[in-house]
Amino acid sequence: MNIFSDLFFTFAKIGLFTFGGGYAMISIIEDNCVDRKKWITHDEMMNITVIAESTPGPIAINAATYIGFKQARLLGAFIATAGMILPSMGIIYLISMFFDRFLELAMFANAFKGIKLAVGLLILDAGISMTKKMKKSNLSSAILLCALVVMLAVNLFSIQVSSIALMTISAAVSLSAYLMKGGEKK
Amino acid sequence: MIYLDLFLGFLKVGCFSFGGAYGAIPLIRDVVLNYGWLTDEQLTSMIAVSESTPGPIMVNLATYVGSTQAGICGAILATFAVIFPAFVIILLITALLRSMLHHPYIKAVLGGLKPCMIGIILATGLYMTVDHCLIGKKLDMLAAGITIALAAIMISYKKHFKKKLSPILLIILSGIAGILVYGI
Repeated sequence: MNIFSDLFFTFAKIGLFTFGGGYAMISIIEDNCVDRKKWITHDEMMNITVIAESTPGPIAINAATYIGFKQARLLGAFIATAGMILPSMGIIYLISMFFDRFLELAMFANAFKGIKLAVGLLILDAGISMTKKMKKSNLSSAILLCALVVMLAVNLFSIQVSSIALMTISAAVSLSAYLMKGGEKK
Repeated sequence: MIYLDLFLGFLKVGCFSFGGAYGAIPLIRDVVLNYGWLTDEQLTSMIAVSESTPGPIMVNLATYVGSTQAGICGAILATFAVIFPAFVIILLITALLRSMLHHPYIKAVLGGLKPCMIGIILATGLYMTVDHCLIGKKLDMLAAGITIALAAIMISYKKHFKKKLSPILLIILSGIAGILVYGI
């Protein structure tokens, strides 16, 4: 099998069999690409995880792009990424065609009344875990608290502040704080 | 134009979704509710479906929104837009600027972005959890009861097994609870 089809099918398999996204995928990718295929080393995998945390977008895409590029440059990156997303795109596309009608059935509508409660809890739980893991400083805690309060106000009173505006301001504040300290820290 | 809106909307999500799927959910909520593509209710159901189907949650949500708004072309466009920034940034880092992430300015910017993202995720989770337990301004006792039961299960599972209850298992449990409480 040439490297392109190998990349495509390996990542398609990962895309098809990993549920929940994000960190659940990291261990599956490690199992396939480090232990079996030996495309990258364990250290590189750790590196990808760190990079993924500091860059936007799905972690699985970050990993697929990195590994694909290392094996076969730009085309490799493209093919690995395409392999990663095609299975779930296909599945969701099929679901999107009948999901509304599916929810018209009383049983599923009622199940989803319960499920939506779980979704709120899952997001809250993710936020709590991330808070625990965050490197804390006065500045970072202050930004976290401000973002929390502003976003709650936005939701409660339907004020128009986008989360992107909030993130841009936070980045600017953090950068100015760094510059004002004369760049000594870190 | 819907195609342009989908592309730009999900490009924004792709550019700012630090912190993986849960970081993207508040941003997708912002975009989707602003354009009126889905109701809050529909979006929440779809988040649950994205959690329970394979693949990155962001990709799943983009495909779904794109497909319901503008068919298969919309699905492809929205999905492409949401992964494009990640793809380009990783290429830049691996191909050219390996040390980019260690630059002090970039570190300072990330030092502001991450806590802000976490604050936004907490606010979204908190708001959604409380909002789902209210009907208008009144407490919905049934929903509040299920929420507390689910939270108790999550916490005791984690205490007992020293790891988190899988999201899919929680979604299945909550679906069963919904059917038991609200009927078949």
